[in-house]
Amino acid sequence: MPIKKPAAIPSSEITPKATYLNRRNFLAGAVIAGAAAATGVAFRDLAAPLLTVRANAKIDGLQKSAFSTTEKETPYKDVTNYNNFYEFSTDKYEPADLAKNFRTRPWTVTIDGEVKKKQVLDVDTIIKMAAPEERIYRHRCVEGWSIVVPWVGFSLSELIKRADPLPKAKFVEFTTLYDPKQMPGQRTSVLNWPYVEGLRMDEAMHPLALLCFGLYGEVLPNQDGAPLRVVLPWKYGFKSAKSIVRIRFTGDQPMNTWQQSAPSEYGFYSNVNPNVDHPRWSQAKERRLGEFLKRPTLMFNGYDQVASLYSGMDLKKNF
Amino acid sequence: MKGIAEVRSQKSDCRSKTLSTVRFNFCNLTFDFCIRMNRLRLTKTIVFLAALVPLGRLVWKALHDGLGANPIEVITHSTGDWTLILVLTTLAITPLRRITRQYWLIGVRRMIGLFAFFYGTLHFLTYIWLDKFFDIHEMLKDIAKRRFITVGFSAFVLMIPLALTSTAWSIRRLGGKNWQRLHRLIYLTAILGVVHYTWLVKADRRKPIEYGIVLSVLLLYRVGVWVSEKASERRRRPAIPAPAGSRPEVTKA
Repeated sequence: MPIKKPAAIPSSEITPKATYLNRRNFLAGAVIAGAAAATGVAFRDLAAPLLTVRANAKIDGLQKSAFSTTEKETPYKDVTNYNNFYEFSTDKYEPADLAKNFRTRPWTVTIDGEVKKKQVLDVDTIIKMAAPEERIYRHRCVEGWSIVVPWVGFSLSELIKRADPLPKAKFVEFTTLYDPKQMPGQRTSVLNWPYVEGLRMDEAMHPLALLCFGLYGEVLPNQDGAPLRVVLPWKYGFKSAKSIVRIRFTGDQPMNTWQQSAPSEYGFYSNVNPNVDHPRWSQAKERRLGEFLKRPTLMFNGYDQVASLYSGMDLKKNF
Repeated sequence: MKGIAEVRSQKSDCRSKTLSTVRFNFCNLTFDFCIRMNRLRLTKTIVFLAALVPLGRLVWKALHDGLGANPIEVITHSTGDWTLILVLTTLAITPLRRITRQYWLIGVRRMIGLFAFFYGTLHFLTYIWLDKFFDIHEMLKDIAKRRFITVGFSAFVLMIPLALTSTAWSIRRLGGKNWQRLHRLIYLTAILGVVHYTWLVKADRRKPIEYGIVLSVLLLYRVGVWVSEKASERRRRPAIPAPAGSRPEVTKA
């Protein structure tokens, strides 16, 4: 049986050698063009400057505080470029840029719950309630790093006294602004927004608890929690709520956001405690930014004057 | 700008089969550079240099105060990220070369695998040195107690035999089959690596999930290939054996 020869490929279908070679050249060209583009991106990445401009208004008439530490302050550029502020981003280097157009005026704070008179206060009214102090505090993050910051503010108790809570009020709850348009991190469900934190009344009334609106003698930079935040130096950083819009007095212990997110890892108290590890990492040591070796973490972050608030409590259970 | 550059192997330009010419067209001027190596060696050189870029970037930033407030954290995260990326890249080679029919890709797999081990070693070194300061006791406690460290450490340890047996001599010595079996450990390393990342993040699991998705696709591809091969094997075998009753009697000899 004759076997039919396959039809010859018409010469029109044969790719000319030059074109064939060109395909490779194109590929190689594409690779090199890609590399060139990558180099451009890399250059921007390598040359990216940190925001170190100090453009915020100075705060006059600062008083010194006996609570201040004499330890070396963490440079301004680190305090303002390394921020855990999940409302903007979970990347610590991004809030500085993402918060640069954040509107902090007009700004009001709602005071409600178990108080004699519920009211909405302008942030500038609150800031003028007492004389501003500079308080240089150690600040320990639950992640294992720490900084020393010259905050500006006055004791939170000054505001609480004026708010006049009822005897029923056993706790204070702070709520951060919820505004996904301005705070891109709130467009993700990384945490349950808005961010909520809380304190027991006696903790909130402790003179160390700071109502803060500045650092380094200037108005608080946006990425550090402007215009109004609290600073609780004996607790892990996340307890110090930022950009506060609501202060609610309540009889029940508030459910703070991180506890809600992972109850086995973050408790209500969250006092700095080298003897109680985070389930996933040790809290015995910390890295002070700018230092190479780790240093031991101190009980209550070295603020022993708060110890009496917790006498008789099992701090392993109430972590 | 027109075509930027082209690479080709040609006798005429470089007077040898094994040479490559890199031709740059820039503003209608053509520059030819003869590179004294063959195509695979050229590709390998490019891959080698590219794989050093993440390290170079870290060194450059370290020298120019560019690592930010917590340099050690940046170094830890970056070396960890690149270990995972390169492990996933080695796993992508087989699917890529089959799908694109660019079979030469196998030629760069070993190098990428060794770079994955290199970045894994750097990652482990930053942990044992800059986090634990060579306190072996602390480290062992960590490995036993913290599950994300346990799996991360396991993923790293599993890469050691693969790096040690990456030579052609080892392949001959072990025999292709055994060597291949041993090197399947890379699947475990990749899985443990992704689990390590997932377990260490505080709340934002988006990045570890991205790595997890890429890994799943690469593993599912292999499952798909395995299943279809099994199926075609079955098709090639003789048809279903005849029912027992109709089987012819076997007569004793």
